[in-house]
Amino acid sequence: MRGARHATWVAGAMALALATTACGGGGDSGAGGEVLSSSWTDPQNPLEPANTNEVQGGKVLSMIFRGLKQYNPKTGEAEDMLAERIETTDSRNYTITVKDGWTFSDGEKVTAKSFVDAWNYGASLKNNQKNAYFFSYIDGYDKVHPVKGEQSAETMSGLKVVDDRTFTVRLSQKFSSFPDTLGYNAFVPLPRAFYDDHGGWLAKPVGNGPYTVESYTKGSEMGLTRWDAYPGPDAAMNAGVTLKVYTDNNTAYTDLMAGNLDLVDDVPAQQLKNVRSDLGDRYLNTPAGIIQTLAFPHYDKAWNKPGSVKVRQGLSRAIDRDQITKTIFQGTRTPATDWTSPVLGAEGGYKEGLCGEWCQYDAAAARKLIEEGGGLPGGQVKITYNADTGSHKLWVDAVCNSINNALDNDRACVGNPIGTFADFRSKSTTQKLSGPFRAGWQMDYPLTQNFLQPLYYTNASSNDGKWSNEEFDKLVDEANAETDPARAVERFQKAEAVVRDNMAAIPLWYQNGSAGWSQRLSNVALNPFSVPVYNEIKVG
Amino acid sequence: MGRYVVRRLVQMVPVFIGATLLIFLMVNVMGDPVAGLCGDRQCDAATATQLRKEFGLDKPVWQQYLTYMGNVFTGDFGTAFNGQEVTELMSTAFPVTIRLTIVAILIEVLIGVTLGVVTGLQRGRPVDSGVLLLTLVVISVPTFVTGLLLQLLLGVEWGWIRPSVSSSAPFGELLIPGLVLASVSLAYVTRLTRTSIAENRRSDYVRTAIAKGLPRHRVVTRHLLRNSLIPVVTFIGSDIGFLMGGAIVTERIFNIHGVGYQLYQGILRQNTQTVVGFVTVLVLVFLLCNLVVDLLYAVLDPRIRYA
Repeated sequence: MRGARHATWVAGAMALALATTACGGGGDSGAGGEVLSSSWTDPQNPLEPANTNEVQGGKVLSMIFRGLKQYNPKTGEAEDMLAERIETTDSRNYTITVKDGWTFSDGEKVTAKSFVDAWNYGASLKNNQKNAYFFSYIDGYDKVHPVKGEQSAETMSGLKVVDDRTFTVRLSQKFSSFPDTLGYNAFVPLPRAFYDDHGGWLAKPVGNGPYTVESYTKGSEMGLTRWDAYPGPDAAMNAGVTLKVYTDNNTAYTDLMAGNLDLVDDVPAQQLKNVRSDLGDRYLNTPAGIIQTLAFPHYDKAWNKPGSVKVRQGLSRAIDRDQITKTIFQGTRTPATDWTSPVLGAEGGYKEGLCGEWCQYDAAAARKLIEEGGGLPGGQVKITYNADTGSHKLWVDAVCNSINNALDNDRACVGNPIGTFADFRSKSTTQKLSGPFRAGWQMDYPLTQNFLQPLYYTNASSNDGKWSNEEFDKLVDEANAETDPARAVERFQKAEAVVRDNMAAIPLWYQNGSAGWSQRLSNVALNPFSVPVYNEIKVG
Repeated sequence: MGRYVVRRLVQMVPVFIGATLLIFLMVNVMGDPVAGLCGDRQCDAATATQLRKEFGLDKPVWQQYLTYMGNVFTGDFGTAFNGQEVTELMSTAFPVTIRLTIVAILIEVLIGVTLGVVTGLQRGRPVDSGVLLLTLVVISVPTFVTGLLLQLLLGVEWGWIRPSVSSSAPFGELLIPGLVLASVSLAYVTRLTRTSIAENRRSDYVRTAIAKGLPRHRVVTRHLLRNSLIPVVTFIGSDIGFLMGGAIVTERIFNIHGVGYQLYQGILRQNTQTVVGFVTVLVLVFLLCNLVVDLLYAVLDPRIRYA
């Protein structure tokens, strides 16, 4: 009898457990009509324009927002979108006129104030926006975002609303490319709803772009629909996009093969071998504004002595870029011959072959250079990378193999993996590394300036190796002050030559963006940021 | 019995505190998480300081731990770096993983025990050898191989299932992932049951029951199975916690956004709040499962008593 009583008790508990857990699921959103589904990864930060610094969050922002400028998906050129005019006489004081007739999808008019408020919000220290430094050129930034201590102003003195459609910007220094940076997501306007009901806005962002957010289940799915009243010239050619979060891009690819997904914008490295036979011409592999380099700890005495330049040049010559990009990356990387990216185009500052012989593989020359430079510091280089994401281990091992072969020394180069990206970053940004380390750079906007200044200017935000060169700094300053774009580019290239002559960092390869799609889709393209141009995709 | 349960629950407190402290220290040893938040660019010093302050990372570790534990007791598990409350993450992740675990456990119990009984009763016959061989194969093949193979065959080649589970993750879609997750344990359950049944088959009480003239099915279910299940129940009980925490491989393959996924993200992003929060709950689940297992002994074998 006793046993039976216990049995009912257990059965009751089981039934209760089943009942409480069974009701957790929601309905599956029916993907009907001309909505396409696309792979996505959970954004790392809250979806605020000035707080989003990675591709996945940026993807959404570029669908639901339009800023003053928009980068042409083909050429990467900054073209006017909401801006009617951006005028300056001295490259320092700008008068910006906003086009009439634009609204946010909740009906609010886009005015000059929408921009000024959004920029002030983004720059303000108390809002913790990770892209705040984008506003650092604007006068008064140091007051709202001081390096130390409390902020002493709420708004930047360099921003003034003149009337409904006009505002002025005063920069703290000359910066002729400033208008071209305005296509970046951090500079988009924000509606009142953003400030009035911040939590509500984050749960369901409202913007002024071709799409509106229909539903957003954090961590799993975002449903975007075409905004029919969108006033811009680049309205969506499909009814909407469902972004599905995948934990693994292999699963996304499998889903594409099984017909459950329309678009994958990151073909996994393991599938590169069969992607051509799987998808045929429904596969795209185009250059993106991403370059991989090996940075050096210039703060370390061992890497910053008279012969060090030769050692770095020798290492560069010991890397067989052609072979590594072919065998490891199946041609989805292009050997680098300068420090920028082909997406800039020759006019934009890309100069093929600027690196010259220093980027060409030559084992004998490499050996000679390293010997002349006093040999490898400590007899061995350790290339530090993070082992958690990307296929960094693969190529670091290949680079080391190449160096070992060229130098005819099995112990010349080894990989030095670090567990997580965060740990890797905290070590590289606090100058705790004693050998070369991987440095990837994805451009914020298609400008030469963006490939050089943040990485090599003295104490710049991403100059983790602490390289410093007076001549380079001077040339960059001159280039920024130059009003004629062609002459600015020329200055930047001179600065880039300084980087080359000192081999501040070894350029490895340019990264391509890749995408694969189902038979339902046509007109798929990737923009220079390797994000699909969603509004141009046709379904059916 | 009541006092026993209370005593066991009180014993959980030090285990709970020790486990959370360990996890907390381990995640903290990994370094400064704010460094990874700004991507391939350094957060500017002021923002980084501000973020550290907001997440409480500027304080000494012991103080962080005390604050954290204080908050946990009020039900506040902190905020993940993407601005979501950890409790919110839990409320979406745990139901999914619990469903997956239920599917896995049911498969283990139904198939595993049945196979175990069948093989145990027919020891040495072809059925027995066949199942033994099969379980050996299942144990030796890693879960991700089984998972990927089933996904490829059933999902892509034959189109019977969807290769990925939708975000709502209903029971139906979790059958194959559940089978994959259960596969290794399933093999162990089969083997455990088989050995146990084969052993008890020759015991006195079974002989007595048969001699009494009881029908065969009654001998097997009421006498033989009930006594043979004790080691199996122990295994399954501890397996619940193990499956919930160890679902990470299966969840990744089938794109299930459950506990494994959140833990993985939390570790990648070095998000102390997420990792400690989820592990804390998993520790609790593990402890409770063990308690339930101990209580089940009394159900299966009335001779076992708790004071």
